[in-house]
Amino acid sequence: MNAREIPLQLTQFVLVVGAAPLLAGWIGQCRAWFANRSGAGLLQPYRVLRKLFHKSPVMAHEASLLFRIAPYILFGGMALAGAIVPMFSTGLPFAPVADAIALVGIFAFTRIFAALAAMDVGTAFGSMGARREMLVGFLAEPALLIVLFTPALISHSTSLTVIVMSLTAARLVLYPSMAFAAVAFTMVLLAENGRIPVDNPDTHLELTMIHGALDLEYSGRYLALIEWASAIKLLTYIAIGIALFVPWGIARSGHWAHFPLALAIFVVKVIAAGAGLALLETLLAKMRLFRIPEFLGTAFMLAVLGLLVHFLLGA
Amino acid sequence: MPLFAQAINMLAALFLLVAFAMLSQRRLANLINLYALQGLILGLSIGVVAYGTDQPKLYFSAGLNLILKVIAVPWLLRRLVRKLQVQWDRETILYIPTIMLLGLGLVIFAFNASLPLSELAGTINHNTLGIALASVLLSSLMMILRATAISQVIGFLALENGLIFAATSVTYGMPMVIELGIALDVIVGVFILGVFFFHIREQFDSLELNYLDRHED
Repeated sequence: MNAREIPLQLTQFVLVVGAAPLLAGWIGQCRAWFANRSGAGLLQPYRVLRKLFHKSPVMAHEASLLFRIAPYILFGGMALAGAIVPMFSTGLPFAPVADAIALVGIFAFTRIFAALAAMDVGTAFGSMGARREMLVGFLAEPALLIVLFTPALISHSTSLTVIVMSLTAARLVLYPSMAFAAVAFTMVLLAENGRIPVDNPDTHLELTMIHGALDLEYSGRYLALIEWASAIKLLTYIAIGIALFVPWGIARSGHWAHFPLALAIFVVKVIAAGAGLALLETLLAKMRLFRIPEFLGTAFMLAVLGLLVHFLLGA
Repeated sequence: MPLFAQAINMLAALFLLVAFAMLSQRRLANLINLYALQGLILGLSIGVVAYGTDQPKLYFSAGLNLILKVIAVPWLLRRLVRKLQVQWDRETILYIPTIMLLGLGLVIFAFNASLPLSELAGTINHNTLGIALASVLLSSLMMILRATAISQVIGFLALENGLIFAATSVTYGMPMVIELGIALDVIVGVFILGVFFFHIREQFDSLELNYLDRHED
């Protein structure tokens, strides 16, 4: 571990945790613009978080310890995931903690706690949401893993920093297999983060909720933590996508001078990705729940196809 | 690897992607758009091969494919679909995940079968033979699975796309006479099948071909 890079690691951690709600605000703003509304502004998620942190939480009488600690586990897991994905520098001392496969494991771990906590109180909507969340998760995880295997095969490593370094080392190379992986990854991103067409994050109809049903019983600071965690999750997913498919412009380990430029490039990429996501959500309609296996099955198929094309064409 | 060889590989991958998209597309209007897109990718990849190997003859082939498959045939099909008023019809069969798995199996088979063959070809794009073979098999699968006549015809046309693609990847295309002959066949075929569609529908009030089996007098 290079001790001189610890400040870099801390910068990324603080930026990810601090700026994640900003991304949520930006996407909300873009969606409002696309729908010809004026929107609530970029800072709306922060206002919501502040309001929630000031409210005192209400707990069900039957709530166990699990219900209390789940939001902290969720937030901690997402913050950890956000800290180890290479965003603007590959010199991350904490990155060896988890490779791409362990990263998927962290997401699965938080999902299990979210589902258990939702079932803990024993309300109908919570259990229903938990079951749906696990359905989406078990379909999305294999697709995500296979998406990650394609760049791992290209760069002979499952560590995200090594993948990014080897993808940026060569001059421009077109990888057909990565095109498949990119489409599959976008579909997994939509499903895992509860965006349209899989789930509508803004819905207030409990029967159509997937992700929203999980935190129906939460209030106050617990709800704030959960919302914050899902904002970090979205930013982390977008950062994984950027690292795998458009990694150019990232600062290499030890190159301090490149750092501000790399940061600016990363911010531009995230802004573009957020606007693209909002556009996608505006164009698509929410699917029926029973169409989700079809959607994620297609993502899985595309990911496998990417692997096969990699073996056939060697690229 | 030179950039144009990478571009050929990229286009080949997109070709396969469109073949899968056609396999899982339910709406007829979108199916025709996908067919046009496949023709565009085919034309572009022939053009890139022509540039990479410096063969003027292939530019002609690329132009022919572009005119025929991006403009002429899709236009004919769209007109036909509009006249039959089926452009928003949906196929009813299709359980997509199963079809996708079947398709994946075919792709694995095609890739394996083509590996020793493509080693024999000395072309720069011999790797893409597997993709061409896979898309031929996928189009055949589409013809088997579809119930309506028009989507079967589109499957047939896509199969022809796959064959041209295979020819380009193994021997840099077919002789010009054969290519012109195929082009003529495609146009005439679409015309004749168009007439057939009207007759089928007049007789059975539907374009679903399983009605043909029940008709026994």
